[in-house]
Amino acid sequence: MSRNVYKPPVQKGFGQFIDAMVVLALVYLSLLAPLLLGGTAAESAATEHKAAPTWEELKQNDVMKAQWEKLGHTPETAEPIVTKKFSYEVEPLSLGITIAVIVGYFIFMLKMSDREYREVINERFGPKAGKGD
Amino acid sequence: MGTAASAGQQEKISLLKVLGPVHVWALGVGIVLVGEYMGWNFSVAKGGAYGSLIACWVIGLLYTCVAMIDSEVTSTVAAAGGQYTQAKHIIGPLMAFNVGLYLVMAYTMLEAADALVVGDLLKAVAQQYGAELDPRPFVVLTIAFLAWMNYRGVFMTLTVNFVITAFAFIAILVLFFHATGLTDGHSVLLHRELLVDLPYGWIGVLASLQFGMWYYLGIEGTCQAAEEVRSAGRSIPMGTMGGMMTLLIAASLTWYICTGIIPWEYLGQATTPLYDAARLMGSVELEVMLFIGTMFAAIASANGCINDASRAWFSMSRDRYMPHWFGAVHPRYRTPYRSILFLIPIAVSFAFTGLLDQVITFSILSGLLGYTFMSFNIVRFRRLWPLGSIERGYVHPYHPIPCIVLGVLCAATYFATYLGYGTSLLSIMAFYILVSIWFVVRRYPFVKRGEQFTMPWPRPKGY
Repeated sequence: MSRNVYKPPVQKGFGQFIDAMVVLALVYLSLLAPLLLGGTAAESAATEHKAAPTWEELKQNDVMKAQWEKLGHTPETAEPIVTKKFSYEVEPLSLGITIAVIVGYFIFMLKMSDREYREVINERFGPKAGKGD
Repeated sequence: MGTAASAGQQEKISLLKVLGPVHVWALGVGIVLVGEYMGWNFSVAKGGAYGSLIACWVIGLLYTCVAMIDSEVTSTVAAAGGQYTQAKHIIGPLMAFNVGLYLVMAYTMLEAADALVVGDLLKAVAQQYGAELDPRPFVVLTIAFLAWMNYRGVFMTLTVNFVITAFAFIAILVLFFHATGLTDGHSVLLHRELLVDLPYGWIGVLASLQFGMWYYLGIEGTCQAAEEVRSAGRSIPMGTMGGMMTLLIAASLTWYICTGIIPWEYLGQATTPLYDAARLMGSVELEVMLFIGTMFAAIASANGCINDASRAWFSMSRDRYMPHWFGAVHPRYRTPYRSILFLIPIAVSFAFTGLLDQVITFSILSGLLGYTFMSFNIVRFRRLWPLGSIERGYVHPYHPIPCIVLGVLCAATYFATYLGYGTSLLSIMAFYILVSIWFVVRRYPFVKRGEQFTMPWPRPKGY
């Protein structure tokens, strides 16, 4: 059982505090990034409407109209909700980048994990060439 | 108390094994049921009412695969940390670090959204009666109270969760019976007049898969209780699959009630759709019941999220993937108290960012990355330790069909997130890439290599 056991350094309290803060900072950054880059959930946009709308213009039938009114809405307050639409245009470049990022992330993770996993297994069970468990 | 030495002594105290299948059910359904009370309806905005129903069933299939796969691996790797511990034993440290973070982020952000719903609902009800209410103290109070319960002990926490989750589920059943006229013979549902064709065609259906996840997001949290159940081989599969069946029923009933009484454009942006449905029925009793149901569902979810996020953070810290100080167990209550306390202000601050859609998308995407991991994790698990080579608590049927279906549905859901939330998707991926590099460079040197493998299994095949 004379195996090479890796002895990690002991981390001081300040270092532990800094490490926890680094992860937090990265989380907040990624939450704010879409806002800073101008592409949030509001990738959906309301369409323009000039005059005061009616339920008919908003394509609401009598039953829909009655339910909207029970919920406390008028055609004016319902308009921004009804006319807000998503745009599902697929841009080949951005889709390609997104696919590359996701696939690249998993490939990097699996390759790196495999390298680390071999260290774990070799320390736990001994070198492969030795007596198996 | 705060020294590394004392933390080292405390970590030898183990978590208590006190939970049964009912608690596992309460943990899983408790986290998720709030998804029927709010959030699922954003899928209506992305793909229309029928699109949302298709998403409900397609994503239900995704989660059935998750529950099948998870039940096998978790009943075999029965340790706190759930999927994190699985990744550590089956794929490797970097994957485990990422899976741990998926869990912490998915649950902490969901917890923040839950607390916001509690505050917003109280504010809305106060407005109905002409009063003004600042919801922020209620958000803080809710999180603080639940954290205190979690600090005191897991048995009480999940017993409370069982009671309030059961009430929230029964409230949906009562609403369904009233809406369909099964109690008085008079149906108030108006599907014929309110349902419209697919507003965006089939691409909208695909896009709605993103928020279709909200119907079930978090059911895999049952695995976090693995180290605290009396019999993992019995309780985890029973609680998880039972929970999945409960959610499929609740999701279908919720869709049926809401689309039959609320215009789809309103439904697509409503904060509390089931409560709105009760309001439209004109019954004060139903309104009160759904108000309590919504509150209980949000509280149960936040409660389960605190439980799960703290255990994932605790497990990572115990292994030094994160600062070791957080890996301590309370000497009296036997709970991961430092992790619980650390995550409270973080959840509160997420709730106060005002970026609710970002927070929800972060939670959903973290969950989705975790499900993607599960699809290849089970393949590797069966390859490294074929059936018969180790004792498994449960063996899921039809392998590899569930993992193939899971992989395909995950890919479709990434595309659904890209449709409308592409920038958020990229920024969240950037976070996980940066934090992975940080782990390799900064944290991995602190990790004790051989101690990462704690299961009494033989050497993995091929290593």
